[in-house]
Amino acid sequence: MSADRLEVLAADDFDVLVRALAEGGREVLGPVLRDGVIAIGPVESAADLPQGWTDEQERGTYRVQPRADAAWFGYAVGPQSWKSVLFPARALLWSGAKGGVGEHGVEVSAPDRSAAARPRALLGVRSCDLAAIGIQDRVLLGRPAVDADYAARRADVIVVAVTCGFPAGTCFCASMGTGPAPRTGYDLALTELLDGEHRFLVAAGSPRGAALLAALPTRVAEDADRVAGEQLVASSVARMGRWLDVGPVPAALRGALEHPRWDDVAARCLSCGSCTLVCPTCFCTAVEETTDLVGASAARTRVWDSCFTPGFSYIHGGAVRQTTRSRYRQWLTHKMSTWVDQFGTPGCVGCGRCITWCPVGIDLTEEVGALVGAHVDEPQRQDR
Amino acid sequence: MASLAELPRAAAAAAPAAGPLVPRVVRVERVHRETRDTVTLALRLPPGDPALEYRPGQFDMLGPLGTGEVPISVSGGAPAAGTVEHTVRDVGGVTRLLCGLRPGDELLLRGPYGTAWDAEDGVGGDVVLVAGGIGLAPLRPALLQVLAARDRYRNVVLLYGTRTPRDLLFSRELDRLRRRRDVVLEHTADYAEAGWRGRVGVVTDLVGRAPFDPGTTLALVCGPEVMMRLTATALVDRGVPASRVRVSLERAMLCGVGLCGHCQLGPLFVCTDGPVVSWDTAAPLLVIRER
Repeated sequence: MSADRLEVLAADDFDVLVRALAEGGREVLGPVLRDGVIAIGPVESAADLPQGWTDEQERGTYRVQPRADAAWFGYAVGPQSWKSVLFPARALLWSGAKGGVGEHGVEVSAPDRSAAARPRALLGVRSCDLAAIGIQDRVLLGRPAVDADYAARRADVIVVAVTCGFPAGTCFCASMGTGPAPRTGYDLALTELLDGEHRFLVAAGSPRGAALLAALPTRVAEDADRVAGEQLVASSVARMGRWLDVGPVPAALRGALEHPRWDDVAARCLSCGSCTLVCPTCFCTAVEETTDLVGASAARTRVWDSCFTPGFSYIHGGAVRQTTRSRYRQWLTHKMSTWVDQFGTPGCVGCGRCITWCPVGIDLTEEVGALVGAHVDEPQRQDR
Repeated sequence: MASLAELPRAAAAAAPAAGPLVPRVVRVERVHRETRDTVTLALRLPPGDPALEYRPGQFDMLGPLGTGEVPISVSGGAPAAGTVEHTVRDVGGVTRLLCGLRPGDELLLRGPYGTAWDAEDGVGGDVVLVAGGIGLAPLRPALLQVLAARDRYRNVVLLYGTRTPRDLLFSRELDRLRRRRDVVLEHTADYAEAGWRGRVGVVTDLVGRAPFDPGTTLALVCGPEVMMRLTATALVDRGVPASRVRVSLERAMLCGVGLCGHCQLGPLFVCTDGPVVSWDTAAPLLVIRER
């Protein structure tokens, strides 16, 4: 957060920001309490935010709990990442039909992407998820073949990031270099301060963010505001539930492909794919082809897939990865090692979702530590 | 069948405007039954279609409307006349439907995708092509390319293994090749049948005594993974540098352009970093089981 442009927005004026974001029919999405989790949903005012709620997370455990204070962003991350908005689980690729009157009897057309391309504001983006959006940009936009649906959804997005002051027990963004304070890739970055007056530090990260900020009823941040913000970040780092020294991991995993630990984790892993669904960077997809009853019209839909399914690696004759051992190895080595070869960054941002939402509590940081001997520090580990 | 003069232009294909995952409608021009389970489809493409600009070794995604699609290597064609060929073996749902297509039928096509054999890297030396079964199909355009500039290469050797003597692809064309003095063609069948007087055994066994100079050889290998592994090892054992041995990898591919993630092999997206990769890249990836 650049120190020279720090402003303060009173919590009472927060709805001015929400209204500014919604201008011109822009869809404003942010954290909402729904179905017992902090999910992503429409936000029309600060009243829609999960005020006074937090989330407690450990391996295989997630609970929302009331907070002692009234913080609006006093939680870590919910099960959904912004992938559910920018790269939804289903997207139509094309549709076609027989019986055309043109040169061909079969006609195929790309879908109308105007709904996908609707302008959106993402409110409350955590720094880990901000890093994940940056990674998905590289994967889905940064190579010769661009994902058309993602490109449409990404075209007009305002990102309002929020410093993560209350990380969960499964969080390790500080060790991945992706948090807890947003550094880049946002239009506006907020830091919620609860000492004294309930207020937000606001910094602009883009010309668009600067224009938004200029229209808000803010005051210049004083030293006390800055210090409070820095203290929040420092205490957040100190509370980070897990730690992974990622530096040596990509190279070390290359040499650990036959490590006995893969058998150990395979004995626990259900190969259910939960980790890939909650991961904010997992991008693998399958296609579904649907037809009418007589086969005269058809459509092909891109759907999220998981490298944990037996069909994922199927070629005629059988699946390449028959065992859970090989599938878990593919997921972890891709995430932490070959992703670096492919995209210049690990595919992990330290959000901890795969640890929280694993039904048998497999902990990525623990597995990596066992595989490569990397330092793993889990101060909040509870034996269960 | 393409004549040897009708060669693909080795130009990079421009991406069609609709995006990489939206197929084009093409028409079956001719169907040639190669063996009991394999046919070659000659597809009529509209003028300017990027798939006409394929390079030998590349593949297209093919499928009739409503059935899904599969990656099939280009096996030849007459791009100047607006056709490309794909040789398809009936091994699954989509390939069965492809094998049942008739002239005039329409199907959907995307491509061309992937890396090429780049046989021209062998100019000035020997070129050894080793095919196992349907693996001859992706090698055929490379062979035609070499034969079209025959005087620029030294020995041209084709080693071809089939399961039985009757599983021979492109049999009339191979008969013509056999009569050429400037091409060495060795065929072996895994299993003999009554009346078969040819060689019996695996194609790997042919590598040891084939006439090529390992120091100047470019080897192009395509077949089942175990066959490619053994063949590449035999070639390297004879002294061909691993970087001059190229194999065509097969993995699950749903998109062909590096987006779906299914074809990953270690750091490779086989669809865009392959299917053709040199053996020094492939060997360390293939030694790990279920990688």
